[in-house]
Amino acid sequence: MGWKEKILRRSLWVYHLGTGACNNCDIEILDVLTPRHDAERFGIKLVGSVRHADVLLVTGVITRKCLPRVLRVYEQMPEPRVVVAIGACPMEGCVFKGSYNQAGPLDKIVPVSLYIPGCPPKPEAIIAGVAKLMETLK
Amino acid sequence: MNNTLFSFLVFPGFLFIAVIGLLFMGIDRKLSARFQWRMGPPLWQPFVDFMKLLSKEVVLPKNVNKPMFFLSPLMGLSGVIVASLLLFRAPLNPQGAFIGDLVVFIYLLLLIPLSVILGASSSGNPLSSVGGSREIKMVLSYELPFILAIFTAVLKVGSLRMGDFLLYQSQRGALFLTSPSCVFAFVAAFLVIHAKLALAPFDIPEAETEIMGGTLIEYSGPLLALFYLVRAILYFTLTAFLVFIFWGGITFTGWGAVLSLLKILLVLFLVIVVKNINPRIRIDQAVRFFWTRVFVLSIIGMGLAIIGW
Repeated sequence: MGWKEKILRRSLWVYHLGTGACNNCDIEILDVLTPRHDAERFGIKLVGSVRHADVLLVTGVITRKCLPRVLRVYEQMPEPRVVVAIGACPMEGCVFKGSYNQAGPLDKIVPVSLYIPGCPPKPEAIIAGVAKLMETLK
Repeated sequence: MNNTLFSFLVFPGFLFIAVIGLLFMGIDRKLSARFQWRMGPPLWQPFVDFMKLLSKEVVLPKNVNKPMFFLSPLMGLSGVIVASLLLFRAPLNPQGAFIGDLVVFIYLLLLIPLSVILGASSSGNPLSSVGGSREIKMVLSYELPFILAIFTAVLKVGSLRMGDFLLYQSQRGALFLTSPSCVFAFVAAFLVIHAKLALAPFDIPEAETEIMGGTLIEYSGPLLALFYLVRAILYFTLTAFLVFIFWGGITFTGWGAVLSLLKILLVLFLVIVVKNINPRIRIDQAVRFFWTRVFVLSIIGMGLAIIGW
């Protein structure tokens, strides 16, 4: 692979999109950024604007209300972009599976590069997932 | 001609200040991490971030004013490069510059907030307009104390040429250590530097958790990288400028170079400490702080300098 990927995996800027999560996964994501787990040692940084981001973290079940927002945020991201599904909800719905309001799993809507299962996943699991993501970007 | 090109592009021009500036930004991130009991990113992280941003795509927002959107980062970058060149040429050839290059330096530094304001207002995003308007208010509040603080030193030295600051301080010792007026001026200028760098107590225009990056919200890819580089170069230029004006100047030869680097690093360390022990304040608090506290501080320094202290 080229130098772009090599550099990209050393500096992943993350935008966090909550699509109707119960807030558990969001708290676990915050845990990854705290001094105990410190994701910044891999160059991972949480950014406020999706235009600065390389990685889109999606937490929560994709509701019908949220579907256009997810698409819009994804289209606003500059290439190269990576989508990460955090928790069981964006994968298959978790306890909301079969709900009238679920717009389907995330990978039916946008291409997903990494799934981190769990309800919620542990911070260690998130870091392990991101390490695997870095290897695939090599 | 060849020599001029070299000094513009390599030393002490673009390449030199860009590398040291990005390194200073890395020091800031590493030290901030250590203040929060974290490991922190490696020291070269800003280089990686910069290269990554250069390799990314530029996304154009719908309502953008294209020429202004593309030109404003270039304007900021050219402003900061020429300003740094004026500053770092002075130690190489103290008598070489024209009289009044200090005034030009202050004007060129003003190009950077101007570029941020223009870029923010041309991007057509309401949050970035909020950031731009905050930036305008910040400029209106910090610029006068900054100029007064510098002109306190000008009164002591009696010259508007940067090289003369070097000569004066090499003969009579550092301004900041020998005259009480310059202590006030130094503190005022030190506080203004935080606002100029948009660091923690005064990162109001960017406010990541509040207006999502504010002025830079619509910028992506190489254009964002240019703003990133401007910020990195400012880290180096402004800390070096404080040392240059108030603390004995800087040199590039012999042990003097090591000593001036240590002085600059100490100022940088103090900047990072203040950044890490302060929360962000509101824009009205910042304006009030600069107009009632810092302005008074610099007026006191000016008054002391006029009566000869």
